[in-house]
Parts: sequence; structure tokens; C-alpha cells
Amino acid sequence: MTRNDLLQMTVYLIALLLLVKPLGAYMARVFADTPTGMTRLGAPVERRLFRLCGIRADEEMDWKRYALALLIFNILGLLVLYALQRMQQWLPLNPQHLGAVSPDSAMNTAISFASNTNWQGYAGESTMSYFTDLLGLTVQNFLSAASGIAVLLAVIRGFARRNADKVGNFWVDLTRATLYVLLPLALLLALALSSQGVIQNFRPYVQAHVLQQTRAQVDGALVTGTPAGARTQLLPMGPAASQIAIKQLGTNGGGFFNANSAHPFENPTPLSNFLEMLALLLIPAALCYTFGEMVGDRRQGWALLATMTLIFVPLMVGCVAAEQAGNPALHGLAVNQQAGPLQAGGNMEGKEVRFGIADSGIWATATTAASNGSVNAMHDSFTPLGGLVPMWLMQLGEVIYGGVGSGLYGMLAFAVVAVFIAGLMVGRTPEYLGKKIEAYEMKMASLVVLIPCALVVIGTAIAVMCKSGLAGMANPGAHGFSEVLYAFSSAGNNNGSAFAGLSADTPFYNTLLGACMFIARYPLMIGMLAIAGSLAGKKRVPASSGTLPTHTPLFVVLLALTVIVVGALTFLPALALGPIAESLMATGH
Amino acid sequence: MRLLFRQSVSLLLIMTLLTGVLYPLLCTGLAQALFPRQADGSLIIRHGQIVGSRLIGQSFTSPAYFWGRPSATSPGPYNADASSGSNLGPTNPALRRAVERRIAALRAADPDNTASIPVDLVTASGSGLDPDISPAAAEYQLSRVAESRHLAPAIVQRMITASTRGRTFGVLGERRVNVLELNLRLDGLWPKH
Repeated sequence: MTRNDLLQMTVYLIALLLLVKPLGAYMARVFADTPTGMTRLGAPVERRLFRLCGIRADEEMDWKRYALALLIFNILGLLVLYALQRMQQWLPLNPQHLGAVSPDSAMNTAISFASNTNWQGYAGESTMSYFTDLLGLTVQNFLSAASGIAVLLAVIRGFARRNADKVGNFWVDLTRATLYVLLPLALLLALALSSQGVIQNFRPYVQAHVLQQTRAQVDGALVTGTPAGARTQLLPMGPAASQIAIKQLGTNGGGFFNANSAHPFENPTPLSNFLEMLALLLIPAALCYTFGEMVGDRRQGWALLATMTLIFVPLMVGCVAAEQAGNPALHGLAVNQQAGPLQAGGNMEGKEVRFGIADSGIWATATTAASNGSVNAMHDSFTPLGGLVPMWLMQLGEVIYGGVGSGLYGMLAFAVVAVFIAGLMVGRTPEYLGKKIEAYEMKMASLVVLIPCALVVIGTAIAVMCKSGLAGMANPGAHGFSEVLYAFSSAGNNNGSAFAGLSADTPFYNTLLGACMFIARYPLMIGMLAIAGSLAGKKRVPASSGTLPTHTPLFVVLLALTVIVVGALTFLPALALGPIAESLMATGH
Repeated sequence: MRLLFRQSVSLLLIMTLLTGVLYPLLCTGLAQALFPRQADGSLIIRHGQIVGSRLIGQSFTSPAYFWGRPSATSPGPYNADASSGSNLGPTNPALRRAVERRIAALRAADPDNTASIPVDLVTASGSGLDPDISPAAAEYQLSRVAESRHLAPAIVQRMITASTRGRTFGVLGERRVNVLELNLRLDGLWPKH
């Protein structure tokens, strides 16, 4: 690993952690209805909006009604997105005359964007019209993120309230998260990105007359390149910056182009890359502070953030180190993989020169720690151990920062499990934040923790037993298995990144992965809302000498171990067949 | 239930207008006003013709041009309408074969050069459209380009330096040479300041 690798990781972490408190405190004020400059500006819009929709902002919901509102709203959005893709050939803003998306692919994408997964089964530049991009994909990028925040807010109220039967108003939470958090941040980021060269226009694709006719040797035969076969290159256009800004901020991850954030029009410079990486973890990390503020004990929020960072840092360092070490399969060839002042070196297959190793490794770790899933390098071509890191981070349940809202409520489920384990050890009824954790909460928390694990393992098993599952593998041997395992880890935890060699745009994978994404999202949300409802109704037990404090380094370590043990016990056998086997084979000969 | 449904429909409609129409239009208006060149794709226009984008690489195979990264787009390399990496796994024998083939092509174009080849020049980029190569990859090709153009190496070296970008703030990203810019300089098509 080079000095600059370390420096870039440090700069990234420091910048991220410095932003946690200001943004976290701002969000706490927005959601606690304390006036801020932003909310004063938005108040008239908000009032009119609620009046138009017949929503009474002061009317709170119990957890069941909250869940019902969430489900109806999300499924409606999902169906609209499906319809838009199926009808885009008749709709405006389609300068390339792209046809309807196939039914299975459209359903997969609709579930994927509504559930905040944003698994990209399609190639954006040749599939989606600008109309679908804007009114379908961009909208769901906002609303799925806001839905995650809403569920988190209900859970926080569950901890903060006592003897209450209401957990908040879903419409209000969703609207405020969108108006005061996501929209302003996205607007700022979109402008910053377009200053760097991310495109933002409604033009048809542009024909460029290139310097030299495209030729390529493919297995000895000379083929003439571009589809036109002449000296031209068709440059894609479109409103990319607005979609990419919210794709990063909302832990969505579905790209405007096929190559996602490796594409120079999505991510043109090291600075755009830094901003996109920062946006990726910004809200999930800041929500930890918001949580502490709203439950009345900031130390609780810092403890959760510390747990996440404790797991994140070594995995990030490991990923960068593995990639910087280069690909052993190229040893013996006249290839220089050494880092030096004139090149980044390392395993450059699937990576971009402007990002080199450090930025690609940090991104891969951050995007899978968060349930973002955007990529700036092709994970499929990472070294076996470099690729193990993103895969395992997803399998940990997307709670290391995790998705917007969903990461923190997932981590809270783990916290419930952790205090329960601690309670078993000393023989006391476990408590968390002054609330007794009893059988009902434990059952729900266990479901929340175990459903994604089951989806990944069972989904992978089905795929490797089916002909149509095996047919999708692009690489031979253990790596082919890794591709399938990665796909289900991604869908079963709402991440959305891929070992993209897998041909997943088939009816088989579109359906199976679509089902996984749906189950990984909504039953978990309902489980967490059930916990919120149950906790809200309980009284607060005052802390005694026998209470396990949950803001101490001891608890941070206990929580981190709980997350790691669940992830390791469930997935070690599968990982041994994939990346670990491949790593042993790569270094063996 | 019926009330929730009605509220859902109207809120979704309004949110679609807000985040799917107003927000992107506002972004487009501001970006086009503040950064028009960037928002339209950083296009390079010479003699009234669009010759490409500064951000999107092109395929170069002539010994008189600097070559960019290998590109895995299909059907041909640097197809900007179908960005893609190779997605070859690290231990896939096809990856090693592809690298061997690229080494052979570089050696055939420049038989006297026996230096070991910078890795970015023989591995496919993530997007298939990478506009840059490392300074090492440019150095490696310097003598071949200078020779086939009958230029003094020092002149070509100056062009490389002019097309090189450092790390942002000395920290972020990597040093890189923009291949299209460099080749336009060679052809005398890059404006001199």
C-alpha cells in the first residue's frame, strides 16, 4: 500500500466524520419540528401540499396504520414506475426512440428502485428514455430514501416516547425528509457535479467525428469498431447530474449509464469522485447523530457510529491493500504492476486511471457498507480478497452505515439482539435506552436480522441448482459461483451492486432477484415498525446499577462482535466456496 | 384504507412533480447557465466539427498516435453508446490471454522497446471509455510516437507534460494523461495558449 492510499483514506474518513454533527443536528431539528431556516422557507409549500392531499399533519398514526400507509405508497410508486417503462415508447422525451422495457426487466427495475436497492439489470444509455429517467427513476430515488428515513423516525419515537400508542405521521415524515433534507442536498451536489463535467441536458445523442477509424483485434481477426463502422462515435446525453446526485445521497446506486460511476460522464474527475463518495455515506452516518439527539442522549448515537466505523475501517484498508498488491495471475508477463510516481499500479482491470487503486477501493467498501451499490470500478474484476470485502459487507446486513434510514434501523435490531445476549450472560431482563426488551421485540429483531441471511443463502442455492441460474455465470470456476453469491447478497440486502459479468437480465434472475429485493425491504420495515409500536407503549425503566450502559466502548465492541458473528457464521461456508477458494488457487500456482 | 389510498395517490403525484419535474429542470437551468460547456458533455469542436468529448476516450491503433486503455465495449472498443468493463475475473484464463495479446500488439508496434509495460496499458478500463492513461503509459509510448512522426522526443515530452493532470489538491485521484488531448496536440489541433 502506498502513502497516498493511506492519505486518501484518512482524508475521506475525516471529511465524513466532520460532517456528521452539523447535518445530524440539522436533521434532528427538522424532524423534531424545531424551526430552521429551511423549514421556514418550506412551510407554505408544505401546508399547501398537505391541504391538496387531504393530509392533517397533526394527526398521528399507530404503527399498523403507519406501515399500511408506507406499503400503499411504495407499491403505488412501484406500479407507476413499471407502467412508465412499459409505455416509454409512446411518451415524450425519448430522442433515441427507445422501445418498451421487457416485462420481467421492468418489474425487476420497479421493485429495485422502490425498495432502495437499485440493482441495475439494464444498460441505462440504451434502455431508459429521459422521461423514464426523470419521472420514474429519479422520483423513486427520492421516495425510497425518504421512506427509509420515515421508518427510522418511527423507531426512534418508539424509543423516545413512553406509554404512547402513536409513532408519527408517515406522510409528514416522508414529506419533510424529501423537502428539507434530500432535495436541498441533491440540488447542491448536482450543481457541484455538473461543474466537474457530469452532463445535464435534454439533447439527443451527439455524433462525434473521431480522429482515427476504430479498429480492434479480436482473436486475430480485424473488426471495424463502432456500430456505424465509420469514423464516428455516438456520445450519449441526458439529465445525468440530477439523477446521480440523489442516487449517491439516497443510497440508491442505479446508474444513468451502464458503467455507473465508472463512466466519465457520471464521474469525470477525482473531485467529483470524492463528492460522490462523501454523499454515499453522508446521510446514513449523520442519522446516528440525529438518533442520539432525538432519544435525548447523544452518546448513544456516537456509540452506534463508532461501531460502524470500527468495522468499516479495517475492511476498507484490506480492500485497498488487496487491490494495490496487483493480480498474481499476471506474474511472469512483461507487465509492471508496481505503484510509483508515474502510475498507480496494482490490479487495474476494470478500474479507471483517474481513480487508480485508492479511490476504487474506498468506493467499493463504502458503497457496500452503505446499501448504495453504485460502482466506480468493476467489482467482478477485483482480486479474490479485494472482492470478498464488498461481498461480506453486504452480507453483514447493510448496517455498517447502511441505507438511508434502513442502515440505522437495521443496526438498532442488532443492538436489541446484543443487549439480549448480554442480558442472558448476567441473567437480567435486557433493556435498551430505558425500554425493556421482551419476547415480542426479540422475535421481531431476530426476523429482521435473519430474513436477509435466508434470502441470500436460499436464493444462491436455487440459482446454482438450476440450468438457467448456471447459464448466467460469465467466469469459470469458483469465480462463477462468487458472481451468483454476490448477486443474491446484493438483492437480499437491498444493495444493488453486482459482479456484473453475471448475465442477470433474464426472466430467471429478474424474477428471483426481484422477489429477494421485495422481501428484503418491506417485511423488515414492518418488523421494525412493530418493534416501534411495542416500545412506544412501554414505560421507561430508570437506569440502575444492573443496567448495561449502551454508550461505552464495551458495548461498541459487543455490538460489533454481534454483527460480525452473525455474518461470519452464516456466510463463511459459502465464502469458502467462492472468493476464498479462488484466492487460494490464485496464489497456489 | 380508502383515505390512505387517496392520500397516497395525491402525494405521489405532487412528489413526482417536485422531484421528477421541478428538481431536474432547476438543475438543468442552473447547470446550463453556470457550466454550459460541462453540462453539454465537454465537447471538442475543430473546424466546425465535433471531434469528440474531452471526457470520453477514443480508439487509437496507429503507431503515430498514443494508445489509450484497452476497452471492452461491444461490438467494438470505445463504443460510447454501450459503456462496459470486461468483468473478467482475476483468475480467468481469458484475462491472461487478453493481456498477452495486448503485450504482443504493443511489442509489434515498437520492437525495440523492451521495457516492462505499465499495467493500465494492458488492462481494460471500468467504463470502456477511460479518457486517460498513466504518465508511465505515456512515457512507454513516447519513442514510438516520436519516431513515426519524425519528431524530437523532447517535443513529444513537452506535449505529454501539457496534457498531464496532477492529483486534485495534491491528494485526490491519480496523475493522468488525457489521450485525446495529447493526440490532438500531435495533430496540431489543440489551441496553443
